[in-house]
Amino acid sequence: MKPYPRPKYWNEPTMGWWERAYIFEVTRGLFITGRIFTRNMWRWMTGRKGALTTYYPEETRADYAPLNRGKHILVQRIDGTPQCIACNLCATVCPAKVIEIEAAFNPGNPEHPKYPARFEIDYSRCVFCGLCVEACPEDAIRMLKEVPNLPALDRDHMWLGKDELLTWHPHNDGAKR
Amino acid sequence: MIQDLVIAFVLIGYAVGVLLSFGTVLTWVERKQAAIMSDRIGANRAYIRIPFTQVKLVWLGLFHGIADGLKMMLKEDFRPKTHDALGYMLAPWIVFTPVLLVFAVIPFGGTLDPGKLVPVLADWFGQRTYPLQIARLDAGLLVVFAFSGLTIIGAMLAGWSSNNKFSLLGAIRAGSQMISYEVVMGLTVLGLILVFGTIDLGSMVRQQSGVVLGFLPAWGIVYQPFAAILFLTAAIAENKRIPFDLPEAESELIAGYYTEYSAMKMGLFMFAEFIEIAIIGALFTTLFLGGYNLPFLTDAGFALPGGSTIALPHALVVVLQLAVFLAKVLVVCSFQILIRWSLPRFRYDQLLTFAWKFLFPLALANLAATVVWIWIMERA
Repeated sequence: MKPYPRPKYWNEPTMGWWERAYIFEVTRGLFITGRIFTRNMWRWMTGRKGALTTYYPEETRADYAPLNRGKHILVQRIDGTPQCIACNLCATVCPAKVIEIEAAFNPGNPEHPKYPARFEIDYSRCVFCGLCVEACPEDAIRMLKEVPNLPALDRDHMWLGKDELLTWHPHNDGAKR
Repeated sequence: MIQDLVIAFVLIGYAVGVLLSFGTVLTWVERKQAAIMSDRIGANRAYIRIPFTQVKLVWLGLFHGIADGLKMMLKEDFRPKTHDALGYMLAPWIVFTPVLLVFAVIPFGGTLDPGKLVPVLADWFGQRTYPLQIARLDAGLLVVFAFSGLTIIGAMLAGWSSNNKFSLLGAIRAGSQMISYEVVMGLTVLGLILVFGTIDLGSMVRQQSGVVLGFLPAWGIVYQPFAAILFLTAAIAENKRIPFDLPEAESELIAGYYTEYSAMKMGLFMFAEFIEIAIIGALFTTLFLGGYNLPFLTDAGFALPGGSTIALPHALVVVLQLAVFLAKVLVVCSFQILIRWSLPRFRYDQLLTFAWKFLFPLALANLAATVVWIWIMERA
């Protein structure tokens, strides 16, 4: 009776004499790296980009996913005021507690008497979970796919205020037209 | 007499300037080349701002070398409590100085006729001409080996005087590795000495100025292609760079024999390594790539194979020869950097096996073949 065929859990060494002679495979490797170098160098010299990486803060990647949760924006009404009613729901639901809203009273507008005087997000702590977007009853806060311009020398400069968050223009929004 | 002194100082200034700038620029070349090889952009952040303006000169990150140097100078010079003061202080200099001295015997240009170059000084210089080489020694190649052998002492001393086990291990590795590869290096060059019949580097380069078989430049690499590869391998191993960087293997020995060095002392080790890349490039160029020779270029101008000649002014020929030498050195340096960023590190036993069981017999075989070939050629 033949012995039970035991499963092999290891790989046989697959290096032949060619690989073991080292010098040939090393030469092949040098040709590969050299080829990539000349290819990329040629791209740089002909004015194209020869790298897969980006100059990070200056250059943003074009291939962010359309549903990427990046920078927050405050949706505006047609007259340019924020749609936010300062209900604080987003600040409440925020797991990182990064949203700070200071509500104010506007007696001149009986439809929307409450508005945010201050709306600030601390991006040094934001986890980009998108819960604020889901919590908002007025669809006043959304997230763009582009990431905020974060790099700064200290954490105090990683806050975005109301004016930056309102840079998104309503005429870009199909639902508002 | 005084003219000789002036020329000597000019040549020394040129050589030191070239070496130090090579040492600085190669740090940038290494970063950029490694980045481009691996689809990255590379160092591009350091800049110099023109004072009182907002104009920032980035120049492809060329100033990172300066930033590195400044950082090294301004850092705290930490010394371990138990170090041996004298050896610890001397070691970086013993590594650094011989590397510079090797360049003294390397011819980096053809013949200089200062009278022709600067007509105002024609009377003063008279008929004197100078080969562009600091020390015209008959024993050129021996001096190269003598000085490059000195760096072993520096590495050993650094490891020994640091009083650190990692340093000591690194030093022992450095010693055994460098001595092993020095043997291989000497044997490969021996074939070349047989071919040229001299160890004077200037004369070697002059012999490489011709053409063989009608079209090939009579460079050492044509006579001894095998020795060229072996020499470059052994030279990279001498320089202790990847794939031969066992003495300073980060993953095993922190930084090897200079673990306990900081600030500019550590910077000297690094700087010596980068200058040695240039020195290896210069040596390889001199021995195997025909030094400052371009095919068909003579001191008078181009002498093309058809019998036609293009006369060039003396100044242009001198500049052309200097430029050709530097260009060849830069190509060899770039190739060394390519090797450093392509190959993985050896294991320690593989390293010594590679030297003694692979390179050493090959070098011997090359030598034997050369001897037989020369014997046949002399009989014929």
